[in-house]
Amino acid sequence: MNEVPLNHVLFVSTALFFIGMYGLFTRRNMITMLMSVELILNSVNINFVAFNKYLYPDKLDGVFFSIFIITIAAAEAAVAIAIIINLYRSHHSIDVKDAEEMRF
Amino acid sequence: MSNYVYIVLVPLLPLASFFLLGLFGRKYFKTSAGVIATGILLISTVLSFYIAYQYYFVDGKVDGVYRQIVAFKYTWLEFYPGISIDMNIILDPISIMMIVVVSFISLMVHVFSLGYMKGEERFSTYYSFLSLFTFSMLGLVLSGNILQIYIFWELVGVSSYLLIGYYFEKPSAVAASKKAFIVTRLADLGFLIGILILAFHAETLDFATLIQRLTTPSSPQLASITTTSFLGVSFLTWGLTLVFMGGAGKSAMFPLHIWLPDAMEGPTPVSALIHAATMVVAGVYLIARLFPIFAISGDAALSVVKYVGVFSAFLAAIIACTQTDIKRVLAYSTMSQIGYMMFALGVSGYGHEEGLGYTASMFHLFTHAFFKSLLFLCAGAVIHMVHSNDMDHMGGLRKFMPVTHISFFIACLAISGIPPLSGFFSKEEILLAAFNADKAVYILGLLTSGLTAFYMFRLYFSVFWNKDTIPHNAHEGTLTMKVPLVILSVATVLAGFVPFSTLVTSDGNPLPSHFSILFSIAPVALTILGIFLAAVLYKSANERPAKIASSLGGLYRAAYRKFYIDEIYLFITRKIIFNLIGRPAAWIDRNIIDGFMNFLAAITAKISERVRGLQSGKIQYYTLYFFAGIVGLAVIFIYMRK
Repeated sequence: MNEVPLNHVLFVSTALFFIGMYGLFTRRNMITMLMSVELILNSVNINFVAFNKYLYPDKLDGVFFSIFIITIAAAEAAVAIAIIINLYRSHHSIDVKDAEEMRF
Repeated sequence: MSNYVYIVLVPLLPLASFFLLGLFGRKYFKTSAGVIATGILLISTVLSFYIAYQYYFVDGKVDGVYRQIVAFKYTWLEFYPGISIDMNIILDPISIMMIVVVSFISLMVHVFSLGYMKGEERFSTYYSFLSLFTFSMLGLVLSGNILQIYIFWELVGVSSYLLIGYYFEKPSAVAASKKAFIVTRLADLGFLIGILILAFHAETLDFATLIQRLTTPSSPQLASITTTSFLGVSFLTWGLTLVFMGGAGKSAMFPLHIWLPDAMEGPTPVSALIHAATMVVAGVYLIARLFPIFAISGDAALSVVKYVGVFSAFLAAIIACTQTDIKRVLAYSTMSQIGYMMFALGVSGYGHEEGLGYTASMFHLFTHAFFKSLLFLCAGAVIHMVHSNDMDHMGGLRKFMPVTHISFFIACLAISGIPPLSGFFSKEEILLAAFNADKAVYILGLLTSGLTAFYMFRLYFSVFWNKDTIPHNAHEGTLTMKVPLVILSVATVLAGFVPFSTLVTSDGNPLPSHFSILFSIAPVALTILGIFLAAVLYKSANERPAKIASSLGGLYRAAYRKFYIDEIYLFITRKIIFNLIGRPAAWIDRNIIDGFMNFLAAITAKISERVRGLQSGKIQYYTLYFFAGIVGLAVIFIYMRK
């Protein structure tokens, strides 16, 4: 069976990363921004797993890191959604533009 | 030696009363403050009389010479072994004479104030200030160290400031207290520099060591201070003259006398205590304390003392003849009498017969304290009754206040030098000393003594005789106001009979008393002439004084305006110092120093204004910066790190 080369996997993860980055920069909706952040995190996960499998197949460090990141992402999503809900309660909007007044 | 340790109580008791009344007076001792302070001071006074008896008559003498006793010694600050500042108490004839005078006069003033200040709003504050002053003055005269005397010197200055400004609702009192403080501070600047010069060269602050080092011809310290010079004058002369400048400021000598007449804004008993009997003679005391140095090594400085003294005495006597405020007349008379004490020191030499001037000066200080405080207390009683300071509002008061009248009369006779009252003996001795040393000084002194008699009796006749006036309240003070007058009158009469020359001399050796009828003829004759003239002009209301004044024209006006000395000071400060030093200094302060600070602040504000833009609140920009940072770091780590 022909194995998928490492480069292809890295191409996918890089694409995913920049798609996430693009979403993070262009979307005004906070939920969408949160989803973009999840994309970025998952691109990193793919990197970790791929490097682990291709370069050090007898070790599990990369896999551990991915599991860590998934956990952290869940916690981060919980916090972020809490913030967004609070923002919605006070501003009746989840647009980041409306949160600008909180800068000072 | 140490059986005098209890003397520390003499100054410390008034200090305790200051703290007691100062901290709790307004709450707990609103009316009893006077009695408490007086009671505490009474203990001090009794103690100092006892000490004087012990010292002068029991164990002060060794081989017929009065020795100096260090009653108490405490090292306060030690810089390194050998250089330390001590808190000493020294006993010698002059310090003991002074504690007797200070505590006694202060006691009289405390008692008098019981009646005079009754019902004042800040009665307890007044007594706590008086206690502070008494403490400082007693500490000053007992100091055994030149820096210690300086500390107490400033303390009496502060208490004088507080008491002059006691009626702080009156703008004139506030101005007077500020003036007194600033003028004496200016003089004290000289004093401090003088202390530093003397202490630097003599390598000590202790009086006994200082005197010993600067009077021994072979000592290296004396050689160092006389051979180095500044502007052609040796440092010894500079040091002593600057110390005298401090003394002249406190003792109201020309040209630093301008604060004294204004200081009369304070309550009259305060003037009696501080500005007549005790604090103003501190300058004389200071010169007397350092007298061996002046007499043996510092001739030049001593002649400064002499000429300043005699000139002040004469000038003040002339001004006193024209003033109409009774307290101002007394103030100028105080200045004139202190001038006497100063030039008596100035004409004196050291030891035996030569030291007659020194003895005379201390004797005059002693007798002057009694009759001048008596005069001021009488003036206080008069003002209390008439509610005015102006002589023109008084007259014929002898019928209403007999006790005050008699006391004032006695004091006037004493200050004019009529035998056998106390002033006669001391003034005689001063004139004799001047006659032996310097004829010009003697003549001026003699003229001043005639003028003294004239202006004192001018005051006496204007207040108690002349036209009849109806006083404000027709009763003569309370008992507590009369008792001190009577006691002081007795003291004024008797003080002259103290065998002073056997007790206080420049080197501790008793002198035989100098008294010759022949010598007294000239001064007494002039005095009687002065009294006679005053009687002719002022005994009954008439036109003659006004006529004489107008015929003298410019001279009278100049004397009335105190020879424009205040105006000269104002001109120098307002026009010259303010414009040439004050304004440029203010300009530098405002534009250069403040400007630099403002410049820094402006730069910070500008920069933060720019940086502020970064914190836009746009989360996506933040992310962008963050990402850019990461990219930057990645580039650095990947391509630039070797």
